[in-house]
Amino acid sequence: MPTAEAALATPEQVATYEPVIGLEVHCQLATNTKIFCGCPTSFGENPNSNTCPVCLGLPGALPVLSRHALELAIEGSLALHCEINAKSVFARKNYFYPDLPKGYQISQYDQPLAEHGHVDINVEGTHKRVGVTRVHMEDDAGKSSHDGFKDSEKYSYVDLNRAGTPLIEIVSEPDMRSADEAYAYLTEIKQAMQFIEVSACDMEKGQLRCDANVSVRLKGAEQFGTKVEIKNLNSFRHVKLGIEYEILRQIGLLESGQRVRQQTRLFNPDSGETTLMRDKEEAADYRYFPEPDLLPVIVTEEWKNEIHSKMAELPSPRRARFINEYGLREYDAQVLTLTRPMADYYERAAKASPDPKITANWVMGELVGLLNAAGKSIEESPIPAEHIGELVGLIQSGELSGKLAKEIFPKMFSDGLGPKAIMDRDGLKQISDTGALDKIIEEVLAANPKEVEQYKAGKVALLGFLVGQVMKASKGQANPGAVNGILKAKLES
Amino acid sequence: MENLSTLTIGEVKQGLKEKKFSAVELARAAMQFAEAENPKTNAYLSFSPELAEEAAKQVDAKLAHGEDPGLLGGVPIAVKDVLSTKGVKTTCASRLLENYVPAYDATAVERLKASGALIVGKANCDEFAMGSSNENSAFGPVRNPVALDRVPGGSSGGSAAVVAQGTAVASLGSDTGGSIRQPASFCGVVGVTPTYGRVSRYGLVAFASSLDHVGPFARNVSDAALVLEAIAGRDELDATSAFAPVDDYQAEMRKPVAGMKIGIPKEYFDGLEAETGDKIYAGLEVLKKLGCEVKEVSLPHTAYAISCYYIICTAEASSNLARYDGVRYTARAEAAGLNEMYSRTRGEFFGMECKRRIMLGTYVLSHGYYDAFYLKAQKVRTLIAGDFSNALADVDALIAPVSPFPAFKIGEKMADPMQMYLSDIYTITGDLAGIPCMSVPCGKTAAGLPVGMQIFSGHFKESTMFRLAYAFEQAGGVA
Repeated sequence: MPTAEAALATPEQVATYEPVIGLEVHCQLATNTKIFCGCPTSFGENPNSNTCPVCLGLPGALPVLSRHALELAIEGSLALHCEINAKSVFARKNYFYPDLPKGYQISQYDQPLAEHGHVDINVEGTHKRVGVTRVHMEDDAGKSSHDGFKDSEKYSYVDLNRAGTPLIEIVSEPDMRSADEAYAYLTEIKQAMQFIEVSACDMEKGQLRCDANVSVRLKGAEQFGTKVEIKNLNSFRHVKLGIEYEILRQIGLLESGQRVRQQTRLFNPDSGETTLMRDKEEAADYRYFPEPDLLPVIVTEEWKNEIHSKMAELPSPRRARFINEYGLREYDAQVLTLTRPMADYYERAAKASPDPKITANWVMGELVGLLNAAGKSIEESPIPAEHIGELVGLIQSGELSGKLAKEIFPKMFSDGLGPKAIMDRDGLKQISDTGALDKIIEEVLAANPKEVEQYKAGKVALLGFLVGQVMKASKGQANPGAVNGILKAKLES
Repeated sequence: MENLSTLTIGEVKQGLKEKKFSAVELARAAMQFAEAENPKTNAYLSFSPELAEEAAKQVDAKLAHGEDPGLLGGVPIAVKDVLSTKGVKTTCASRLLENYVPAYDATAVERLKASGALIVGKANCDEFAMGSSNENSAFGPVRNPVALDRVPGGSSGGSAAVVAQGTAVASLGSDTGGSIRQPASFCGVVGVTPTYGRVSRYGLVAFASSLDHVGPFARNVSDAALVLEAIAGRDELDATSAFAPVDDYQAEMRKPVAGMKIGIPKEYFDGLEAETGDKIYAGLEVLKKLGCEVKEVSLPHTAYAISCYYIICTAEASSNLARYDGVRYTARAEAAGLNEMYSRTRGEFFGMECKRRIMLGTYVLSHGYYDAFYLKAQKVRTLIAGDFSNALADVDALIAPVSPFPAFKIGEKMADPMQMYLSDIYTITGDLAGIPCMSVPCGKTAAGLPVGMQIFSGHFKESTMFRLAYAFEQAGGVA
């Protein structure tokens, strides 16, 4: 029964309501092969080429669980602080669809792999913990194409390359209260899965998918409102926009005296609205029952611990370590741990550098600027991380002025050479002319009488300082070797 | 050439060894005989002469080089049409798969090939192995070679008939609720349902996955054991296949039976026809004479077996048969929309029994009914399995009739599914418990209809069962 849609809520109306949001997130596990057969999971192959009797659902073919997929699912669950069930059970979810070749999806139902986890989020400085109800494994369906073909009027096309791709579904508690929190939660999951390499989480390739359950209630109310499931949220932005729209729609309905119906709605990215897909009152009955072709999954304590011990560092402990070990500010640590490649890059640069903090500035500022301008990702950076460390070292030792370094940097980016190599090549070099150096050195000695005196008294380590001062005075262009010689001679004469 | 209709595996091997005939000669003769005889029984749905000829050539080449031609080298074997055969139509006796040619071999078929067997054709059966009389085949019923107006039993009716008729030396069938043992008993041949997990199910078109077994038919116990040996053992492609090593059945079955303890489950002697009962009691006398101890035991949950079975098997079947939807390799009824295409395809091409079971199974798995039916049935199944382990803790094997009555007339029970279901009353428990069981010929009724004696043993103890069956057979069985 179509109901007259009400106007969207006004900001005044919104202020009296509280949205309640839960997310169902699907992540594709980063295996090379499918979950129940040996077919490759490679993307962009010819339709139906990555298939075999098992993932085609041919009569008589049987699934066998991939150990690698299971290990990744366990890692992913551990990253979300879940308890791993010692025994979990695959179940068949029965429904008819042309891209579902077996007529059922192999999923987990009443005995999932993992439960009772959480994700910590930070929205504009406010920390919050979102509960993770469960994590379960399942196989993906194929892909239907309903248009774009000559005979699309009459037929649809099915590509089963994706059928049997291993997924985990992460179901949250209804703990989020705004689209921003949902966005932050999804970001945390993506980061975590990427850091431990459980999933590449590329939304464009369908490796990360998200459905949102949204309801609203008056502030202070105990009971949840009627929830609506939103599908077709194909980017992080769509997740945010879809939820925001839905909140306004639901409050608008309630404020105009209507009720929210339990529905599944589709987000339309063109209009920014959600539209009715189906009423839940006519919900499908999936007739779940335990998959008789697979044995229960048994995860021993030892195996779980072994997997845990081999897991890569998660974003939040890594962030904490960046703060403690490298003295970064929280914001910088956050930026540098946005992705695993960024964190890895920064850490390599920091290790090659005498000053991790300054290194962070170069990475976040100059490098990211050039990468963005060139449309490149950090993995594609033409500057090896070590070169940034080297650059900071040169600045630190006074061999290079900050100004000169900024001049060199774009060349490092365009030519892929280290800072030293560019200085040599371009003659951005150091002043080696004795006459010119003499003058600078005399000025430095005159400006630092105390150090000169201490040096002469035997504190020869101050030579380095004085060399640095000369380098500074020459804007990094003095030849440090020559400076060294002349200084020594002058001080010891 | 030997008399093809009574040839055993041992005789095939002997004949090849003594060069009385070549494998190619045998393949051609067997094929010719099978094709000529088939119209009488309709036991074969298709023949695979190229496959048989090619395999025979390899056997001959091996023999010429003095190599071992394999455990079943040169033996003409038929395969139930629910086992996937690469390049050979696998119809499941259904119009839905009338033109389906698989791209792969079932593991059992692959192992038959690897052991040198000559696959002569695909045996008729009930559609998707659902039935007890072979009358549910979309391609016509099979006639019992012993009495052509009677059913051969089902669902592996064709597999039993080809062995009885002599158009194959042995065959493979499948058993979900008695589909090997019941036709074996109706046709007077040996039929074996091994332990669940003993033979890979990979490539066996699923009816009820947790109950489906692949097993052999043969003219004698030794041959049946040999075929089982060839196909048994762990398979990486079937997660439910067992790691347990396969016994040397030929050696094990020849061990003496004196002192072995046999249990007679009293619940299996209620409601059977008197003549059938007499034969089984006579069979027990033979075993007693061989020194076996016989005692009565009880399997107290037997009464719930039929209800339990028809809930579990229909539930699983409703899901397993979902893939036959008109989208890919099946027949398709063209329609304007997707849902209409689904319902017209499945409505037009599934036979009545399949539809009945799909509906029952869909119902028992439905929201709100799952606990009352499926879950309850699983609990009962556990109790039935417990009955067997309790009984088999005291005795080595159990002996019972296979069926309450011998082969019935074609058409006799078609109108009453409940009567038909009751013909499996003594066999479904073995599948529910997952234990090995078999039918061994145990005399004939006054009308000349074969009676089968059923032997059950413990998990992976096929050897125990074969030992009793072999001794019984060697002692002359029952007239």
